[in-house]
Amino acid sequence: MGAQLRVYKRRIRSVTATKKITKAMEMISAARIGKAQRAVAASAPYADELTRAVTAVATRSNAKHPLTTENPNAERAAVLLITADRGLAGGYSSNAIKASLTLTERLRGEGKDVVTYIVGRKGLSYYTFRNLAVGNSWTGFSDKPTYGDAKTVAAELIEAFTAEDGGVDELHVVSTEFVSMLTQDAVEARLLPLKLDEVQLSDQTPAKSEIFPLYDFEPSAEGVLDALLPRYVESRIYNALLQSAASEHAARRRAMKSATDNAGELIKSLTRLANSARQAEITQEISEIVGGANALADASRGSE
Amino acid sequence: MAELHVELVAADRKVWSGAATIVVARTASGDTGIMPGHTPVLSVLETGPVTIRTVDGGTVIAAVHGGFISFADNKLSLLAEIAELADEIDVARAERALEQAKSDLDAHAERRAEVRLFAARGLKAHA
Repeated sequence: MGAQLRVYKRRIRSVTATKKITKAMEMISAARIGKAQRAVAASAPYADELTRAVTAVATRSNAKHPLTTENPNAERAAVLLITADRGLAGGYSSNAIKASLTLTERLRGEGKDVVTYIVGRKGLSYYTFRNLAVGNSWTGFSDKPTYGDAKTVAAELIEAFTAEDGGVDELHVVSTEFVSMLTQDAVEARLLPLKLDEVQLSDQTPAKSEIFPLYDFEPSAEGVLDALLPRYVESRIYNALLQSAASEHAARRRAMKSATDNAGELIKSLTRLANSARQAEITQEISEIVGGANALADASRGSE
Repeated sequence: MAELHVELVAADRKVWSGAATIVVARTASGDTGIMPGHTPVLSVLETGPVTIRTVDGGTVIAAVHGGFISFADNKLSLLAEIAELADEIDVARAERALEQAKSDLDAHAERRAEVRLFAARGLKAHA
């Protein structure tokens, strides 16, 4: 086998191995999207009931709560950025990071100090590599978040929000919305202070359109709100984490699909090159044999 | 017999739903029993067992940890961060958790483990 042919064969082998890996990753992600979407759907009943309850309290009482009180001269803002723990997911993490940087820029323009909280190793490494300040970070659950994870994140953020001094005045969340298998958008939303007239059910209908009965609040409207609102924030963050996880899998599936397709094409063109290299080798060997035979024939004719 | 519709929902799943005649739950101000036609109420749940008597005479017991109960239009929603039906509870694990909590002097965890055990054993007593 000629050197040229051997080089081609080797490259085909290595690309085939890569293709096997990307194909496997594609299939794993495809299976996990379904799981992640089911998790989003399974969390909807709780989120909807909670939203309904929060709206009911808000419409039926004038209770004030620290989590709903707007600070007119807000000076500090927190941004929660949700990214992936692992790479190979196309532009998933970098789109979220870009959205968060734009938001940070805008908030700075409004004269606010920005503290960034990060979920996911990718976002964290982006920020630490550039020596950007990070308030706190959580890693290890980006592809399969549980309610407990959301609770841990929410607890820290609520604490930062309600802290007497040095606390933040508003909280923004940058996450990736799962629109469809093909489209995932990096979105940013202000979570705190809560605007109760803006709370929405999962099917995007404003909860306000319902008419609520006159509830008896136990122990009191304030007491109920006190317990409800942190749960509501947790549930919003949980939803953002779940949506982002589904988006991460969808983005990874798409990235791995195009990697597999590209590997397939590379194999095809390398095979063509290898074939023509082999053919060239054969042609050359034949012409050498023919040339050799002719030379022998000429030599023996001359000796007669 | 009058009945009310019950939805027991945890943060990450729907745990149980169906028709019941009475639901007893531990709220911030004590045990509350809710029967069909109760006045609309919205209250905070404590960590405790929830007992649901179903229309066919059965009993569903669940351990819930934190959450709310809201009742309106004969529809009762029990929202809990964590909710486990009695037959889903791993008794041996709950016992271990109780031991652990006792040695750690973690009153919160101890209460959670106790409630789990209570719910799991309550079901056996009925069966």
